[in-house]
Amino acid sequence: MDFKVHVWRQKNRNSQGKMVTYELANISEEMSFLEMLDVLNEQLIGRNEEPIAFDHDCREGICGACSAVINGVPHGPEHGTTTCQLHMRSLKGVRELFVEPFRSRAFPIIKDLVVDRSAFDRIISAGGYVSVNAGSAQDANNLPVPKEAADKSFDAATCIGCGACVAACKNASAMLFVSAKISQLALLPQGDPERDRRVSKMVKQMDEEGFGNCTNTYECEAACPKEISVENIARLNCEFLRSTFISNEE
Amino acid sequence: MNLDAKIPSGPIEKKWAKHKFDMKLVSPANKRKYTVAVVGTGLAGGAAAATLGELGYNVLSFCFQDSPRRAHSIAAQGGINAAKNYQGDGDSIYRLFYDTVKGGDFRAREANVYRLAEVSNNIIDQCVAQGVPFAREYGGYLDNRSFGGAQVSRTFYARGQTGQQLLLGAYSSLMRQVSAGTVKMFARTEMLDIVIVDGQARGVVVRDLVSGEVKSYAADAVVLATGGYGNVFYLSTNAKNCNVTAAYRAYKKGAGFANPCFTQIHPTCIPVSGDYQSKLTLMSESLRNDGRVWVPKQKGDKRKPGDINEEERDYYLERKYPSFGNLAPRDIASRAAKEACDDGKGVGESGLGVYLDFASSIKRLGEDAIRERYGNLFQMYEHITAENPYKQPMRIFPAVHYTMGGLWVDYNLQSTIPGLFVLGEANFSDHGANRLGASALMQGLADGYFIIPYTIGNYLAGVKPNTANKVESAEFKHSEEEVQQKIKKLLSINGSRSVDSFHRELGLIMWDHCGMARDEKGLKEALKKIPKLREEFWKDVRVLGDGEEFNQSLEKAGRVADFLEFAEVMCRDALEREESCGGHFRTEYQTEDGEAKRNDAEYCYASVWEHKGDGVPPVKHKEMLSFENVTLATRSYK
Ligand SMILES: Cc1cc2nc3c(=O)[nH]c(=O)nc-3n(C[C@H](O)[C@H](O)[C@H](O)COP(=O)(O)OP(=O)(O)OC[C@H]3O[C@@H](n4cnc5c(N)ncnc54)[C@H](O)[C@@H]3O)c2cc1C
Ligand code: FES
Repeated sequence: MDFKVHVWRQKNRNSQGKMVTYELANISEEMSFLEMLDVLNEQLIGRNEEPIAFDHDCREGICGACSAVINGVPHGPEHGTTTCQLHMRSLKGVRELFVEPFRSRAFPIIKDLVVDRSAFDRIISAGGYVSVNAGSAQDANNLPVPKEAADKSFDAATCIGCGACVAACKNASAMLFVSAKISQLALLPQGDPERDRRVSKMVKQMDEEGFGNCTNTYECEAACPKEISVENIARLNCEFLRSTFISNEE
Repeated sequence: MNLDAKIPSGPIEKKWAKHKFDMKLVSPANKRKYTVAVVGTGLAGGAAAATLGELGYNVLSFCFQDSPRRAHSIAAQGGINAAKNYQGDGDSIYRLFYDTVKGGDFRAREANVYRLAEVSNNIIDQCVAQGVPFAREYGGYLDNRSFGGAQVSRTFYARGQTGQQLLLGAYSSLMRQVSAGTVKMFARTEMLDIVIVDGQARGVVVRDLVSGEVKSYAADAVVLATGGYGNVFYLSTNAKNCNVTAAYRAYKKGAGFANPCFTQIHPTCIPVSGDYQSKLTLMSESLRNDGRVWVPKQKGDKRKPGDINEEERDYYLERKYPSFGNLAPRDIASRAAKEACDDGKGVGESGLGVYLDFASSIKRLGEDAIRERYGNLFQMYEHITAENPYKQPMRIFPAVHYTMGGLWVDYNLQSTIPGLFVLGEANFSDHGANRLGASALMQGLADGYFIIPYTIGNYLAGVKPNTANKVESAEFKHSEEEVQQKIKKLLSINGSRSVDSFHRELGLIMWDHCGMARDEKGLKEALKKIPKLREEFWKDVRVLGDGEEFNQSLEKAGRVADFLEFAEVMCRDALEREESCGGHFRTEYQTEDGEAKRNDAEYCYASVWEHKGDGVPPVKHKEMLSFENVTLATRSYK
């Protein structure tokens, strides 16, 4: 396969970036998208040009590090797939690739395709946990959880925190990300004691980070590599509303 | 080198309780005066930093990923062991201990392993309390599956994403402490040296990967939880950025490195498809619960799997190991696969593959049941290979997966450097010469949640908190200077070859000579090739860009430079261990039917390497292992 690859190159946070075009020949269909970038980078190094910076680690679709908008879609055209798990065979017939970072006000660019997603960590640290100290837990089977609830909670918990939902949303809203964590814990009895506090704090932090509001376009769900459902956003709204009625905080 | 393991006296089942009582404590009011640097945010480091924060210590937490949640532990698939005996199938702490010692081919320290089995149950309790959504049965109770090397069902799991769920649990606890102000988080920060003052670990030198700035942080104790070194082989199932740098730099500063040659080759990974390949993908061992491994009986049989009749197939694990069958331990299953392929019976284009077949389970349980258990793994397989494993068997082949070797630690998880503690895959402690499936997650969390919080207190109670102005001291400045020099050197060579090209070449040397099968001749050859390659690296590597900016080539170059030195220690260790045990298979030492042949008379020890300076061969020390509870016996899974 041969490609014309246009890649966003930006030296650092404060410099201006631009699309730069490279020609790439003889790409195997079996390669992953990141292996294609590896090949391109080896060629760049050979020509004494700086390689393209991109985040990646597990290359198995689970760590959430990889993040590129490919031909206008976060993580590329294949549904339910991260950039690292996208294989070139699913780009058959495509001749030109446009590769850009996940853009959002809350995700400043560090270099090329690498962005700063630490806002997500701050949101979790605002309340995305159960306050239990190591050593104080009761026997695990003392608390039966209906299988349906455990399974639903698990579905929400599979969020990898990549930020595709934000990159896909015209408002750069982080609602899908936040709702995944809220849902995971709201569906389990363990999450109950801090339910109201959690949702109000996480939503507040989300707003402070500069993420936009949700206007129900569902682009987030479409882009999510883990196929997290927008049903979670509904649950978040419910939880939030509930907390405003009964919360004693602030 | 002092290798006193500090094993508490008394019967094995009382040692930990007694030790917990005997250890000194730091009073609640004094804890915040102590600073602990924890490097790594995987299961081991994340759990440790969170728990030390909960206790009130002042914790500095470092990782090189952009978020602590992305540590390599996130990728663990299959599950985590615990001796709960919820299935009532005869499990117990003692049995988990026994299985782990035996599974490790009698090269682990009994006392540590027993403690691991003992705290395993607390881990499950803790994780459930955090909201980790483990798989459950309809009654609402926790479900279990089986893993290799065990005849009970003791593995807890969250579909094929157990590592993710456990790590997100530890991460959430960690972030809770960040918000409480006890933990300061430094993501995208790489530790490049450890600083020793008056013989004690007193801090770390790091590089801020975004700004490129080299900085020091002082601490009263340092905890390394920096993972394994499987990427010395270039191709492995580890995340791309896993590396040996933190452990290796500690080794160069005087920490003993134990059993570096004990590496695990996992039997079920997706075979290599081309020379551009950047990593290998694991297909979890849990698949062997329902998948059957086979090759055609006929050599060179290239027919489609569906066209090969039952009687023309060799289900070789079931044939050779009838009592464990497809759940034989990893080292054994990997070697059996290699044997079949060496014999010309391998499948797929390259002939380097065997089948893992789900047809009979699908027939018995239905496709939905299989999807429920392994859905995401099947999907991942299909993504990578474009083959549908519900319709045709998976093709799998062994790949480098885990490293049992690591920095030597005593019962308190302290290395040979006072004040330097090592947790998780980075230490050598619990798995001997072969790790059983679902035991790494258990060990990481045991170390982090339940062991280090006690043992580090015992150490800190004996030292005065002292971090103020420390980073201005000569020791810190000297370490910083060394780190800077190395960076400058790497950037100035401006040779002709990329870092990756060196890494790939090193990987091939290691796979050929220090991989699934090793022998004297090959290891000696590797010991000639590695220094040559290293020399070439330092003459001809090309690292573009600057040091004062985000520079991934520079990061990689530093890691590969360390691999190029470390690889030699591995080969040396493999050469000197003239026996076969667990994952270390020396072809000269095998039984008549091709099984590993241990030599307990001469090698019943952990080899611990001491760095003696650049260009000087390291010196080997021995921690003799004694087996008082599990009798040394030939491991049999037949
Ligand atoms: C694909 C796969 C599947 C697996 N499945 C299972 C399973 O089902 N069950 C099981 O028990 N085990 C499994 N394992 C093994 C297990 O996942 C690992 O052994 C374990 O997670 C290691 O945890 P850790 O905390 O020791 O290190 P890691 O999770 O590797 O974390 C290392 C941390 O150290 C940091 N770090 C390293 N070096 C530096 C440095 N120089 N400076 C700053 N930070 C640094 C990294 O940023 C990271 O945060 C699997 C492994 C793989 C590869
Ligand atoms: S690199 Fe981990 S999800 Fe893509």
